[in-house]
Amino acid sequence: MADRKTHQSLTPEEQKRRRKRSLALALTLGTLVLLFYVVTIAKLGPGVLQRPM
Amino acid sequence: MSTMSNSLAETHVESLATAGLSQGDVSDFFALLKPRVMFLVVFTALVGMVVSPSNVHPVVAFVSLLMIAVGGGASGALNMWWDADIDAVMTRTRKRPIPAGKIQPGEALAFGVTLAFGSVIILGLVSNWLAAGLLAFTIFFYVVVYSMWLKRTTQQNIVIGGAAGALPPIVAQAAVTGHVALDSVVLFAIIFMWTPPHFWALALVKSGDYQRAGIPMMPNVSGPDATRFQILAYTILLAPLGMAPVALGFGGLAYAIMSLVGGFGMLALAVQVYRLRQGEPAMRVAQQLFGFSILYLFLLFATLLVEHGFGFFRPVFG
Repeated sequence: MADRKTHQSLTPEEQKRRRKRSLALALTLGTLVLLFYVVTIAKLGPGVLQRPM
Repeated sequence: MSTMSNSLAETHVESLATAGLSQGDVSDFFALLKPRVMFLVVFTALVGMVVSPSNVHPVVAFVSLLMIAVGGGASGALNMWWDADIDAVMTRTRKRPIPAGKIQPGEALAFGVTLAFGSVIILGLVSNWLAAGLLAFTIFFYVVVYSMWLKRTTQQNIVIGGAAGALPPIVAQAAVTGHVALDSVVLFAIIFMWTPPHFWALALVKSGDYQRAGIPMMPNVSGPDATRFQILAYTILLAPLGMAPVALGFGGLAYAIMSLVGGFGMLALAVQVYRLRQGEPAMRVAQQLFGFSILYLFLLFATLLVEHGFGFFRPVFG
């Protein structure tokens, strides 16, 4: 309960900073997903679809 | 009811920190990475890559470079976490995020450790584990050997600690070739030998800062004159070493000219620093050497980058 009160008392400036941090984190995670995908394709090359069934 | 509100207000900032909610802005976290140092890391690592003949995929090379940069940033964040107390008393560093109260030390530690492990693991998976091991060693050397041990105990702190700043070309070469060759070791040696004259020139100007923080930099321990002699000695070794890439065949004609002219420039300023010991002119020439040393290293590596990265390589011999 006390924790909830603390979170509710964030000033607008603090809320703005938290939103920016969340966006930066989301962007970083998205970039990592894209990076892993591109690296996988780059390392496997055309062989990505040629594997024994 | 009013008493309860007051109590909540008083504990507001404290609660945010203890509840794990950061107060820092994104730019504060970016500042923890020491962006200028990170640029130098990326730049020297890129040169380490381009001088190494390899047929690695450009995407793999790019991600490797990115991970070396992130590893460098992690070192910076961990250094700021450990050195927050001395950063607070030095004019040059007191506006950093931790002493400025924008980021809690624990946040910087968590941020740095996460980036350090992340960069090493991803580099290992993307390129090879030799490069990842070298990156891990670089971070360990900078944070533990330099920041935690040498920096506050010996005047040779930046000489030995300089190895961490000199390693990126070796890590980069290992990432694209899978081994460490003489080329990148020579680049390592150039940065290693460049570090003492560069930092001691700054230490001569900022000796008051280091004195207040209790850091045993050479001007505070052995005195300014001994420091001037050491600057000259290291520069005498640095100038010919800067030309070693020409002798080894990976520095072309442009590099030969640049390293010769730059080496003479460094030597001329080091001699001036050695001779001028009093008052404003002494400070001014030390400041000039500090500035020129940055330009010198930048030009040496930029020339190698242009020669190898853009096909301007013209051999000096043969």
